[in-house]
Amino acid sequence: MSESVALNEQYELHVNGEVRPVRDSWLGESLLYVLRERLGLLGSKGACEQGECGSCSVLVDDELVCSCLVLAASAVDQSIVTIEGVAPIGSPSDVQQAFVDAGAVQCGFCTPGLIMATHALLERIADPTEFEIREELSGNVCRCTGYGRIIEAVQRVAVSRRDSGQS
Amino acid sequence: MSVLVPHSLSDALAALADNPDALVLAGGTDAMVEVNSGHRKPSHVIAINRVSELRSWTYDPVTATVHIGSGVTYAELMESPVAELLPALAEASRTVGSPQIRHAGTLGGNLGTCSPAGDGLPVVSALDGVVHLASAAGERSLSVHEFMIGVKRTARQPGELITGVTLPVLTGWQGYSKVGVRNAMVIALASTCLATDLEGRNVRLALGSVGPTILRCTEAEAFAATAVSFETRSVSVADARRFGELAAAASRPIDDHRATAEYRRHAIGVLASRLLRRAFPNE
Repeated sequence: MSESVALNEQYELHVNGEVRPVRDSWLGESLLYVLRERLGLLGSKGACEQGECGSCSVLVDDELVCSCLVLAASAVDQSIVTIEGVAPIGSPSDVQQAFVDAGAVQCGFCTPGLIMATHALLERIADPTEFEIREELSGNVCRCTGYGRIIEAVQRVAVSRRDSGQS
Repeated sequence: MSVLVPHSLSDALAALADNPDALVLAGGTDAMVEVNSGHRKPSHVIAINRVSELRSWTYDPVTATVHIGSGVTYAELMESPVAELLPALAEASRTVGSPQIRHAGTLGGNLGTCSPAGDGLPVVSALDGVVHLASAAGERSLSVHEFMIGVKRTARQPGELITGVTLPVLTGWQGYSKVGVRNAMVIALASTCLATDLEGRNVRLALGSVGPTILRCTEAEAFAATAVSFETRSVSVADARRFGELAAAASRPIDDHRATAEYRRHAIGVLASRLLRRAFPNE
């Protein structure tokens, strides 16, 4: 079985549980570009467009990847989750709330990517050491915080999930 | 422009036969950088990351080899049990980019791009890996040393797909080390893979980022085979240093925006000597 799309042909992406048609795009566009410019999902940020900064991190089939390095048209039958799919506006996820509480957000540009990476990290390792947090978040660059409060935010989530029996 | 997403190897090879010069897209961690920057404008793309036959690895205990499908990601190569069978490859994989990059990037993509800085390549070279290629016309296999021709140049022909690589499971210590500006998300300025074969009583050393392609250090390897004790896992400090000097002498680095040739040559000497001491920790 093979999926094929040609220039200017409409294709569909599965984003945050919805089927989203993509029209009139160039097929060489990255998933980041399509999310932001075609689908109006502005939460994923574009900075380096070469996989260095992690601010465009999303889940594709449950794997944390840089959406700038995914060819959008090649993700036609995959499940994509962006920061908009993490929690509804007004009711933040535990990770989002911990970032606020710990002061892990300054300019906020890197935050969506870091929230995605933190959710992925805690799925894999429920109670990470500081070293594990640093390694797992090494693909997300933050130029404001110095990372100390980001690490604290991750640890707060791990502790509160453990205390509430979620992990 | 067209984009094809085949789900089987036969569909992928048929698509490639129709467009032999199509951009074969694996993890996208190299190719999409070029597309995003406008340096590459492909007219046909065949994305192979859904081809199930390429997404697994198998261990054959009879031949003591591991076959790694070209679509296996670095993240998968870091997991048990393949990480125990091929520890240097697991170690090299862990140094690739970041978790995001390791979830997408593949060993097949590393071979296809054939950058001198590819982190998987010194391991494949040190282990004398065999690269498997397939096209609609048939299959062929060749040594990685014949496969890698030069900077981002390989023996892959139009219409051919890299399907995998076969690596031996050696007895003896093996490891990978690289130098860069950070511990993560870094392109190697200089890299080394050392693999010990206790049964064959030899030491293999491959260098990355210090030549047009991966270099094997035959002089340093021949020296090590006589200088170390495979029984007591020992080497003298002086001989480990000499091994590093021979490795540095075998390197052919250039000056570029990342580092000077002099720095790279020095780094190779340090890394090679250090890896030999790890493999033979007794004096």
